[in-house]
Amino acid sequence: MSYLRPDIRQRADELVALYPQKRSAMLPLLHLAQEQDGYLTDEGMAEVAELTGTSPAEVRGTASFYDMFHLEPVGKYVVGVCTNIACLLSGGEELLEHATKTLGCAVGGTSADGLFTLEETECLADCSVVPVVQVNHRFVRTTTPDALDALISDLRNGRRDDEIPPHGTLIRVRRNGGLRAPRAQVAAEREAAQTAREARAAKETK
Amino acid sequence: MAVLTAPKIVSSRSEYTDSHSMSRYLATDGFTALRKALSMHPEAVATEVDSASLLGRGGAGFPAGRKWSMLRKAPVSYLVVNGDESEPATFKDHYLIEREPHQLVEGVTIAAYALQVSQAFIYIRGEFALGLERLQQAVNDAYEHGALGSDIFGSGFSLDIIVHPGAGAYICGEETALIEALEGKRGFPRIKPPYFPAAIGLYGQPTVVNNVETMANMPWIVNNGGAAFAALGQGRSTGTRLFALSGRVKNPGVYELEMVKNTFRDIIFDPALGGGIIGDKKIKAFIPGGVSAPWFTPEQLDIPLGLDEVAEQASMLGSGSIVVLDEDSCVVRAAWRITKFFSRESCGQCTPCREGSGWLERIMYRMEHGGGRREDLDLLLDLCDNIAPGLSWPPQQTTICVLGPSIPSSIHSAITNFRDDFIAHVDHNGCPHD
Repeated sequence: MSYLRPDIRQRADELVALYPQKRSAMLPLLHLAQEQDGYLTDEGMAEVAELTGTSPAEVRGTASFYDMFHLEPVGKYVVGVCTNIACLLSGGEELLEHATKTLGCAVGGTSADGLFTLEETECLADCSVVPVVQVNHRFVRTTTPDALDALISDLRNGRRDDEIPPHGTLIRVRRNGGLRAPRAQVAAEREAAQTAREARAAKETK
Repeated sequence: MAVLTAPKIVSSRSEYTDSHSMSRYLATDGFTALRKALSMHPEAVATEVDSASLLGRGGAGFPAGRKWSMLRKAPVSYLVVNGDESEPATFKDHYLIEREPHQLVEGVTIAAYALQVSQAFIYIRGEFALGLERLQQAVNDAYEHGALGSDIFGSGFSLDIIVHPGAGAYICGEETALIEALEGKRGFPRIKPPYFPAAIGLYGQPTVVNNVETMANMPWIVNNGGAAFAALGQGRSTGTRLFALSGRVKNPGVYELEMVKNTFRDIIFDPALGGGIIGDKKIKAFIPGGVSAPWFTPEQLDIPLGLDEVAEQASMLGSGSIVVLDEDSCVVRAAWRITKFFSRESCGQCTPCREGSGWLERIMYRMEHGGGRREDLDLLLDLCDNIAPGLSWPPQQTTICVLGPSIPSSIHSAITNFRDDFIAHVDHNGCPHD
């Protein structure tokens, strides 16, 4: 019995089949597992281990290396405020400080209503609209304390849910095309082309 | 005066709000270069790229053509495209992925054909949710259009592209760490030798790793010829390049400029570009190529935007990102925050980087927040010297990858150029700007 929801499990199976080696699907699968539960549960990681041919310990060891994966529950909205160099020079620290007051939680913490988790992020590569704020990894381009408060109020009332899906990045990414030829056929074609090229090269050197 | 006569090679569709759509791409010469490339011999396509003398746009500036020549004889190989853009204040690949995803797909397909590779991966930074959506859509569109998959445009050439999401780790922009992440592991850089990707890369096979912007140049090079590309710029720095300008300037943004023909002064002050400093304040310093690069002071504003030109002044053009600090910016706070970044992002394999970054961060923290001592300046420089002996540029390597030796740049620059600011912090027992 799969722990992952049927739709997510189906996506996971597709991803594992896509890669030349199934362990390569580790990061996308962890994204999907996190999208189901908001964070990585033991059960979710166990299933990722099964799907990638690794052990739960290897999955946890890998997941814990990456900032985007949460090993503990987080709020429905993960609010990230950047304080790296470009944002620092234009009030990133002050905006983060303001967010702790609005949300009533420390950096790294979750608001009392469980809706928001606040993070201090490293550079998010959007440095022309600073300080950079992301909610669930969507750039919201909100740079002032007032705008941030309005955003948080909107989120609290569910007014931005169309534009900002639940925490995660892969839920709207779906591959619907694919290599139509079987992998073996592609390899054979490639080998034939290689042989032809070598023959040509040999001829040229003669 | 800024020189703005060069063609837009990678950002030609910037005026369109739907530049990420297939219909716009097809209406603006989309896939004409791929059709042309497929009618040529793969070697001829590679030769064309070689003749462009295109230097990799990731940061190290290695010639793209030379990277390829090592791979062309290998029996099994992969093409991996690095879109893990994480160098602070660098945001050009973010632009290309979100705004020009089809151009990237076409560029990757051309490169794969030249290399005769049938499997390519595009590794996209996990935080680029919209970028991942748009790029996957572009890949889907290309399959639908016959521009990707089996027997592309009836040429007999087949390619599969997998869009792979990262998960938040600066170090995965380092090519061997990226390969580890692509193999489903922690992003630990591999030691070179022997793990040069061209020899032992993804799954132990020869692999070419190229940057997103490098790939985005391919369609133009094929359509216009390598010679036309090489005619732009000067010396080793050919073509155009995307520069990401940020910090205390009026018009921050991504600008495509011909290499070498413009100076830092042009991009920061020209009304058509950066437009000068916010509030018309004075410029205090600027970082010329990502936070790994040693800083420049206003005396160096007239250095041209070229790799060798910047290297001669003991810094680097790196990732093409320029951060401007004005007279009110605190250099100690800036250097502390950059060091904190490296400390957070060190993968932890090598002692000088793992321990050194933490020590430096803690000393810089007390310097900025109170508790700093005069002797801390010597202590900081001594620690920096332990990480990159001699504090020369380019730095001495004491670690597996270049993250470690990049750590001292900001502190060393700040102390060298702004020692008085540090002393003021000590005397004030914290930041005088607060």
